[in-house]
Amino acid sequence: MYRYDEYDQRIVDERVAQFADQTRRYFAGELSEDEFRPLRLQNGIYIQRHAPMLRIAVPYGNLDSRQLRMLGHIARRYDHGYAHVTTRHNIQFNWPKLEDVPEILGLLSSVQMHAIQTSGNCIRNVTSDPFAGVAADEIADPRPWCEILRQWSTFHPEFAFLPRKFKIAVNGAKQDRALIQAHDIGLDLVYNEAGELGFRVLVGGGLGRTPIIGAEVSAFVPWQQILNYCSAILRVYNLHGRRDNAYKARIKILVKALGVEEFARQVEAEFVHLKDGPSTLTQAEIDRVAGRFDDPVLEPLPQDAGYRAQLAENKAFAAWARRNVRAHQVQGYASVVLSLKPYGVAPGDLTAEQFDAIADLADRHAFGEVRNTHEQNVLLASVREADLFEVWQQARELGLATPNVGLLTDIISCPGGDFCALANAKSIPIANAIQDRFTDLDYLYDLGELELNISGCMNACGHHHVGHIGILGVDKNGQEFYQVTIGGSQGNQASLGKVIGPSFAAAEMPDVITSLINNYIDNRHEDERFIDTVRRIGIDSFKTRVYAERTARIEARETANV
Amino acid sequence: MSDIIKNGLIQPDDWQVLRLAEGEAAADVALPAGRIIVPLAVWQARRDELLPKAEAGVLGVWLAGDEDPFALEADLPALQLVAVDFPKFADGRGYSIATLLRTRLGYGGELRAIGDVLRDQFFFMLRCGFSVLQPSEGKYTTAQLEAALTSLKAFSNPYQGAVDVPEPLFRRQTRTPLQKDAA
Ligand code: HEM
Ligand code: SF4
Repeated sequence: MYRYDEYDQRIVDERVAQFADQTRRYFAGELSEDEFRPLRLQNGIYIQRHAPMLRIAVPYGNLDSRQLRMLGHIARRYDHGYAHVTTRHNIQFNWPKLEDVPEILGLLSSVQMHAIQTSGNCIRNVTSDPFAGVAADEIADPRPWCEILRQWSTFHPEFAFLPRKFKIAVNGAKQDRALIQAHDIGLDLVYNEAGELGFRVLVGGGLGRTPIIGAEVSAFVPWQQILNYCSAILRVYNLHGRRDNAYKARIKILVKALGVEEFARQVEAEFVHLKDGPSTLTQAEIDRVAGRFDDPVLEPLPQDAGYRAQLAENKAFAAWARRNVRAHQVQGYASVVLSLKPYGVAPGDLTAEQFDAIADLADRHAFGEVRNTHEQNVLLASVREADLFEVWQQARELGLATPNVGLLTDIISCPGGDFCALANAKSIPIANAIQDRFTDLDYLYDLGELELNISGCMNACGHHHVGHIGILGVDKNGQEFYQVTIGGSQGNQASLGKVIGPSFAAAEMPDVITSLINNYIDNRHEDERFIDTVRRIGIDSFKTRVYAERTARIEARETANV
Repeated sequence: MSDIIKNGLIQPDDWQVLRLAEGEAAADVALPAGRIIVPLAVWQARRDELLPKAEAGVLGVWLAGDEDPFALEADLPALQLVAVDFPKFADGRGYSIATLLRTRLGYGGELRAIGDVLRDQFFFMLRCGFSVLQPSEGKYTTAQLEAALTSLKAFSNPYQGAVDVPEPLFRRQTRTPLQKDAA
């Protein structure tokens, strides 16, 4: 965990005071609705269906046990006893009162947390790989860079009112787990031929209503220059991004309009003036920031014999370990994913009691630290092999040990129509209905890795475009319908899914998924994942199967009704 | 007469901002008497006529959000007042325009924020090199503006470099290493 110094703390405290005053002026009628909106948004407050929604920043997903307990406390005291882990690592409360927000921010600040720039047209929370610092395939730890970017972007005066929101993600591993191709700026830590560290820079990726995979604007920016280079990108965007139409205001639209080469040229033209300027980073600063992470010092341990014996003896434990335990950089340790996708619960929801219990679990077995993942699960980054059995038992009691990480039922879903005013359709009941259909774990393992993502509208908060199977809520004459895409994926070969055809009613969705799965099973080669089969044979046979079986169902029903 | 903020203080001010109304042309719009800030188009159309006034310090030029500050490059030595218009407070182009005027074009005269200038943006404006903040007329009472002076220093030690203080925090202060305390 990054630990604040006095400067970090003061900035957050000053923000709490500033926002308390803004809220006071709003209630006193000194700030109009329009004037207050961007101010509250830049503090994570949306006005939603039920109440304001408060989004709290979890920088690059890292949380400690003290913060977890505070979130639990806030959930109990100011909300309905639960909160939601978002696809951008943040935590969201659905029911706080606006009058209470200044007080909540004060409580957050006491545990080094805030809601700064979690929404609004500004640089948002920087996201990264939840396995940062422990991943076996890591090239360089992205967290210090994320923290440096967080500080640089916090209240950046030139970029406080951009045409639209702006999201930065950093990857430091061979396998991208930070979705850098779907961000306004995606940074990839790389070594050049001379062995120097720097960043490959992608720009203009994003999902939403115009999904686009980011394009490379520079193959290598030396690390010293990264803030200067990002400033150049943001300046070009701030000056030239569209402000006349919110749907065309993201940087991806500008990049598309100019062409990547022209955009890169304009960035370069700004960059030459910023290069080597005062914001150039120094080794001392990198070391200082890295040194403020109080990571545990892990000595390699012998492989744990007890762990291996338990794996052999206990089938349920072995099943969990196979899906929810991941390799660690240091021998004798592992990373554990706590699944927030038990059946029948809104994906990504955590109750106040679970916050407290996860905090206890982290204190006992994971050096007091957890990470949120963009798949809406929670990760214990470093756990001794010898502790895994106990962690499993405790997680099971907490309902956090569903052994389904990376499988069909590990669904990413936005809050959808149950909570969100923008929704065309509900998301959570669809997720739950699909989970109910696929309860046989052996069957799920056999299907293997499969990502199913659901968004309640084209804003794509549930990342449906990059799901192997994507489900999108659409409005059809005032009815809730669902459009299905297949072939999307995140990671190094990120791709956008293709629509298979006309949309479906809610009740049809489990059957549609069954048809897709059956077509996969009938066509797959050995060791081929769903996504690989789709890539090899294309979407046509899936489409034919789904709609043929749908027609058959309808006919069967009509016959039965005669 | 409206109140402005300059050097951290509220001051009365008699500069008038000329905006072209529907049907008025830059080439022949009538210029009011007194100290005025004209749109870039007027300046460009009547540069020779206006230059002496600019040099005498009674005429300034304002830029709209979609106007390129480099259009004024050759004229900046003669200008004592340049203003940047915020058509809506949430339109942030003016921050980059101000930054370019100060850092790339080396403009050292008065730089004024005009238009939808609100107290919750004062801090950002000062950081981007504005030296005068001019909220639209009647926006704030004097008492409200006085209360707003606290906004000028909303954050005592910001992280990043900007026009007002080019060095980022890590170059300004020695930030302490982590005290690894026994948990
Ligand atoms: C319930 C209140 C919410 C509202 C009103 C909302 C609204 C929006 C809107 C309007 C966009 C599109 C913006 C654009 O493309 O310019 C968007 C994008 C996004 N939202 Fe939400 N959202 C909400 C909740 C969430 C939650 C809970 C998550 C996480 C599960 C989330 C994750 C995202 C992500 C990742 C994107 C980015 C898609 C992209 O790259 O364009 N949002 N949201
Ligand atoms: S995708 Fe649409 S429905 Fe879902 S949370 Fe985002 S805005 Fe709301």
